[in-house]
Parts: sequence; structure tokens; C-alpha cells
Amino acid sequence: MDCKFDIQDLSVYWRGNLSLKKVSLKISSSQILGIIGPAGSGKTTFLRSLDRMNELEPGFKAEGRVLLDGEDIYGAGYDAVTLRKKVGMVFALPVALPMSVYENVVYGPRLAGIRNHDRLDELVEQSLTAAFMWNEVKDRLDMSGLRLSGGQQQRLCLARVLAMEPEVILLDEPCSGLDPISTAKIEEALTELKKKYTIILVTNNTKQAARIADQTAFFLMGELIEMGVTDRIFTAPVHKQTDDYVTGRFG
Amino acid sequence: MSLIGERGVRRILAVTAFSAISALLLIALFILNEGLPFIFRYGLHDFLLKSDWDPQAGKFGIYPMVAASLWVTFGAMVVGAPLGVAGAIFLSEFVPKSVMRVIKPTIELLAAIPSVVYGFIGVMVLAPLIRTQLGGPGLSLLAASIILGIMILPTVISISIDSIQAVPQSYREGSLALGATTWQTIHMVTVRAAKSGIIASIILGMGRAIGETMAVIMVAGNAVKIPHSALDSVRSLTANIALEMSYATGLHRQALFATGVILFVVIIILNSFAIVVLRKRVYKK
Repeated sequence: MDCKFDIQDLSVYWRGNLSLKKVSLKISSSQILGIIGPAGSGKTTFLRSLDRMNELEPGFKAEGRVLLDGEDIYGAGYDAVTLRKKVGMVFALPVALPMSVYENVVYGPRLAGIRNHDRLDELVEQSLTAAFMWNEVKDRLDMSGLRLSGGQQQRLCLARVLAMEPEVILLDEPCSGLDPISTAKIEEALTELKKKYTIILVTNNTKQAARIADQTAFFLMGELIEMGVTDRIFTAPVHKQTDDYVTGRFG
Repeated sequence: MSLIGERGVRRILAVTAFSAISALLLIALFILNEGLPFIFRYGLHDFLLKSDWDPQAGKFGIYPMVAASLWVTFGAMVVGAPLGVAGAIFLSEFVPKSVMRVIKPTIELLAAIPSVVYGFIGVMVLAPLIRTQLGGPGLSLLAASIILGIMILPTVISISIDSIQAVPQSYREGSLALGATTWQTIHMVTVRAAKSGIIASIILGMGRAIGETMAVIMVAGNAVKIPHSALDSVRSLTANIALEMSYATGLHRQALFATGVILFVVIIILNSFAIVVLRKRVYKK
């Protein structure tokens, strides 16, 4: 398996506070990496460092190197906009953009310069199908995305990321506000999508990581405690803290 | 004892609260009472669309003033709306919050400058500049448009800022995460989501522009004629009332009240429209 992300000694500061401490890990392509850990452990900060969404907030500083296909995304001259076209992100709160379902999906491709209507129509159908929602919305593409249910909006967010044809998909607790059925649909979609994409999934739900992640990384207090094949992390963790967390004994 | 006090306070507050509404009602009744009979007698059509205003001869066609008011308002929009909206976008999207806390009250302070001061600057600086650079009398439709355009800036900017800042941060993040640049995010997502507030701010600005009197009297030149160029001297509806009311009697006086009715109706329509637009904040396709 190819190494997609190679993260070396990544430290992140927020207004002078160290919130991610020298994290190093390699992320392979065509699989799902689950990131688990309690609130405030730096999972989201880590994820948002991978597409440089962190730097939109004042007071953010990153140290170390994050190599995407061998290139440092924090290196001089690496353009954040180009990066975000390759590395798509789905947020914890499902928020459709204030436009129609169709416009939501073609937003990314349009930015990338695709104008051909047939091509855009094709992308919309493909992406919505891959996000397991084409049948639900195919007759309502003109409807405002904001009128969809939370679960549908989250799948729409996934679809609009897919429509950009990225290489990596970052998901930040995508199912935290969703019912079990919507969650199952997202998980089904992700399992299907990992064949084509590198998927990094931050989740508060350890069971979700156990269900769909190939590799799992455990974060605590801004540090990467351990990472490995999901089965091993859940059945034979090396560190006591990991064991405590995955078995639910954590405070 | 305290119960009576409680009730008393409530009554006093109720009276004060209703006094504003009753003032509005009384003004409306008074103007309508004075103005409407004239409109019925003279005919709305002749009153609005005839272009000879000669009170001594009993001719009361306010068309030149209507045209002047519309053109001045339009001009003020051309000057003020782009400046105001662009300023609001810049202030809410590019300036740090701490700086914003200083700048926004400063802009709102612009609204506190008396209109006579704007007029004064128009007369002393703007009109001579127009006269020497572009020709004409200087005191003109153009001068009035520019001064009014500046006067509506606080209205346009502060309401636009409020509505742009009300756009959820998650919209911006969603757009940026899809590989949009800051500018693409602003015009494709943020401004679109804030559209109703921005439109409302422009409508309220229009209301201010069309109703402004003192500054317009000072810089527009006040000649009663249909404007043919931006450099012509014009007289607005408001200026007409203010200039002639002091000596008007009889029919003439009623005609001025009728002019007030027209203004009143236009401004009520504009404001109601703004309220409706502001109310439907939620995006609908």
C-alpha cells in the first residue's frame, strides 16, 4: 500500500498553547484510518491540519512536516486552495450551503473550472449515488439543500466533497448528530469509497472505528498514544490508556 | 402598595410606548387630511404628471420634482450602494474583530452628523469642484447624488455588516474546504446568504435619500425643471415643500401637503418592503 500522508513531528499551537505534541504517523492510501480519543485530545486539530483549515483561525501555528505524496503542504509555495481541492473535508455539523442540492454538489467542480453541463450532471448523479442518496433526492435537485434532514445534509456534504474527485477525504465526527440509520448509510458509503480514496475519520464513537476503520489511531492530550490495525487496537492494545479508553473505563 | 406601584409603572410604560405610535398616526392623519382633498380635486394624474408648477397661476404639476427626486435617489444609490456594500464586505470579512469594534461605531457616527453639515461641505467643496471641472452651475443633481450617496453610507454599511456577520461560519468553512478561495467564498456563499439583509440596507438607504431635505436644498440648485443632465440644477419634492411652505396659502398650501402625501406613501412603501425582505432571511430557492 502506498503512503499517502507522511506526518513528521507535527506540533500545533493555538495562541501559544501546545495542542498537538510532535505527532508522527504514516497514512496509507485506499483504506480508512479511524482516529479516536476523548474530547480535547487533539483529534480535530490534527485532522484540520491536514487540509490547513486550522490556519483560517487567528493564533494558529504549525511546526513539523506534513508530506502529501512526498510534498510538504506547509512548505513555502504550497497553495492551500490547491491542497483543499485534493483533500476534501466533511464537518461534524451537517451544513449544506445555502443553495439548491444540485448547486451544492457542483460547487467544487465549478470552482475547479468545469463548465460542461453534461459533465456536471454526470458528477451530480455519480456523487449522490456514491453518498447513498441519489434515489432520495433525484427528483428534488432544485430544492434548497437547507431543507434536507440532518442525515441527508451530511450525505450531501459527503457528495459535494466526492464531486471534487479528491484524493483524500477527511471526516470530523460526521455522524455525531445523526440517527443510527443515517449513520449506517454514511458508514456503508465510506466502506465503499475507501477503494478509491484515502479516508481519515475522526470519531467519538469507538464502536464506529471498530466497525469500519482498517487502522485506528488513539489520541490523548494532544499526543498520539498508539496506532495500528483496528483489530489489534481493540483487542490487544499496547498501552494501558488505550485499553482503558476502548473498553470504556476512561474517566 | 407595591402591587399598585407595579401597575402604575406598567401604565406609564404603556402610555409612553403608545405615544410613538400615536404620533405616527396623528402625523399621517394630519397630512392626509390636508393633502388628500387637494389630490382629489386636482386629479392625481395631473398633479403627478403635469410639468408646470406655477402656484400663482394655479398650476400644480409636480412632475419635475418627482423626476428630480427619483433621479437624485437613483444617483445616491449609484454612489452609495456599491461603496457601502463593498465597505461592509471588507469590514466584516477582512478586518480583525478588534479593529471592527472601533470602525463600526465610527461609521455609525457618520449618521449623527447633521445634514446641514453635509450640505455645507457640498456647497463649499463639491459644487465648486463640479462647476470648474465638469461645467454647469455646480449646484446640481450630481452634487446632490454624491452628498446623499455619502449620507446613506452608515445605513447601508451597518445593516449590511449585521447581515453578513449573521451568516454562519460553517458556510464559509464548507466553501473553503471545497477548495474555494476567500473571494470565491465571499461572492458565491457569504454575500448570497446575506442577500436579503444587503438588499434591505439599500432600500432603507433609498428611503433616507428620498426623504432628505436640508442637504438637498443646499446642493441641488432648486430650479423647477425636468433634469436633462446630471449637471442640471434640480428641485426635489422635499425641497419644494421646505422652500415654499413658509409663504404658501390656500390651494398652494394644500398642494404642498399633497406633495407630502406622495412622499409619505413612497417612504412607507420602501420601508415596508425592507421589513418584508429582512424578515425572509431564510434562503428559499
